[in-house]
This record gives sequence, C-alpha cells and structure tokens, in this order.
Amino acid sequence: MFKNILKRKSSREIAKDRLKILLISDRVNCSPEMMEMIKNDIAKVISKYMKIDTESMEIQITKTGNKGRALKNPTLYANIPILDLNSMKN
Amino acid sequence: MSEVIVVTSGKGGVGKTTTSANVGTGLAAMGKKVLLIDTDIGLRNLDVVMGLESRIVYNLVDVVEGNCRIKQALVRDKRYPTLFLLPSAQTRDKSAVNPAQMVKMISHLKEQFDYIILDCPAGIEQGFQNAIAGADRALVVTTPEVSSIRDADRIIGLLEANEIQKIDLIINRIRYDMIKRGDMMSSDDVVDILAIPLLGLVPDDENVVIATNQGEPLVGSNTLAGTAYQNICYRVCGKEVPFPDFERGISFWTRITGIFHRS
Repeated sequence: MFKNILKRKSSREIAKDRLKILLISDRVNCSPEMMEMIKNDIAKVISKYMKIDTESMEIQITKTGNKGRALKNPTLYANIPILDLNSMKN
Repeated sequence: MSEVIVVTSGKGGVGKTTTSANVGTGLAAMGKKVLLIDTDIGLRNLDVVMGLESRIVYNLVDVVEGNCRIKQALVRDKRYPTLFLLPSAQTRDKSAVNPAQMVKMISHLKEQFDYIILDCPAGIEQGFQNAIAGADRALVVTTPEVSSIRDADRIIGLLEANEIQKIDLIINRIRYDMIKRGDMMSSDDVVDILAIPLLGLVPDDENVVIATNQGEPLVGSNTLAGTAYQNICYRVCGKEVPFPDFERGISFWTRITGIFHRS
C-alpha cells in the first residue's frame, strides 16, 4: 500500500501534465481529430518500411523553448515503437 | 493618468464580479476616483455584490441608447464618495450594445476617473467583445482548476489578438491545504502554464461568501481574502508587494521533495 502511495502521481501533477498537452493543441489550433489523422498517416507511411506498433504510438506537438507565451518553435514529436526491424523491405 | 481595466476569465463562476467589486472598492479606499461598469447585460450582478441594487435608476443600455445622461446612470457608492457604479441592464441582452458604442462611452468617461473597471461576462461572444473594446489592460481571473485555466489561456490569446497591452493574472480560490497534499496546482504551476505576470493570489475564504451576502466588499478587512485583494490593489497601482512563500504554496515540505523531483 505504501508503495502505491509513493508511485502514484499526485492529482496536481496529473492536472499539470494534462493541461500542458491540451493547451499546446489549443494554441496551435490543431484539433484532436486532426492529430489523429496525422498519426494515422504517419503510421501508414512508416508501415511501408517496417513493422510498427500502431496501437501504442504517440504523437504530440510541443514547444522547444518554454519561455513566454509565444509558440515560437512548435515541434511535432512522434513516439513510434518498432516491432520488427528485420521486416524492412528494400 | 487614467486606466481602463477589464476583469475577465472566460469561464463563469471563477470570481470576476467579486474581483471587480473588491479591486474597485480598494482603489477608491486609496482615494482614487473609480468607476465600476457591469458589462454583463441580461445577467447583472455587480450591483448586488456591491450592495447598491436598490439605488439603480438607469443603466448601461440607457446611456448607450441616449435615454439618459451618463451622470444620471452612475450610482454613487454608499461607503466611498469617489466610487461609482454603472449598472448593466437586466431586461435586455448582449446585442443591445456593440463594441464601438462602448469605446465611445468609455472615452467620454475616461477623463473623469482614475480607474474604470469593466466586469466582463463569461464566454467569448459579443459581451466579451464589448467589455474588452475600450480596455487598456486586463486582469485575467482563474482558479487552480484545469477547466478554468484552459479557458483563461484562450482568453489571454484573444486579449493578445485584440492588442490589450498589459495582461495580468489573478489566481482565485486557492486552497493551501490541498496544495500541500499535492491535490491542487500551486500558483507557480499555474503561472508556468499561462505564462503571464502574476498580480494576485486569493485564498478560498468563506468570508467572501459572507461579504457577498451582506453586499459589502471585504477588501482591506482583516481576512485572508481581504488582505489578498488589498495587495492586488497596491499592485494595480504599480506598488511592489512581495508574494510571501506561504501564499505561493511553497511549503517547507514541497521544498524538500522538490529537491528529489529535480534530479
């Protein structure tokens, strides 16, 4: 039980993490539907070359410099787990 | 030096009217000439929070439509002779006034007051556009909750797009006991997310409800919220009042744990 308490994220941290991601998409005016479409398209392209885990892949837009409000360098991060590199086609 | 300040938040129920009433009253108590304008047409509330509801004759829409002279519509406060309220209309809706009319009216009133404080309605529609039209600066009110922070972020974006020069943050209904438990975002968290200057921290204080019941703003009283609003008034005037550590929710304990988190 004690372990659980130590491991569990506080609701404060959960709120902060959720907001950070939410506000980035709010600010760049990019809807969750559009993010989903981008994600699916990226998955399609990568799948041509290697076997990836489309279920657990994640994409998000983050800003590199976090000073001030202006979203100067938004970056699209994609986290795509590769299941089988050897299935690479030539 | 006259300043037009809009108090806004996006989300409803976070304390715009309470903030407007207390900041207005506090500035008047400091000897400034202050006009409070309730811009929430159809849902007027600032008059009851100020305890002036029984003195209203004319309202904002009457002024804009020319049914009366501006002076006739201003309600003088019962406590401070330099504090006035321009109430909103209860039986009309937001479309009764447009931003150009607001700008015109405010430019007339500006010469007569040190501060004009506009209590903005919730939302981002015409009522919001009316309220921000004549403003020089904005006080964005939020609570440390995800929904209200998200709306505040949207509002800040809109204020920036409308070229409001100065945008400051007031965090309302802070519960230090919850922050200490890790169940509420601290003011540092909220400032980190919204990235605008912090002007005030108001604790969740039951005295606010009591004061509203009585129609007496509590600014300057010996209560947690009363002191917080007093400090906000000083900061609005440009005085530097430090935020004590306990106000920001940085307890001894979170300092210690903070060391571990950083690594």
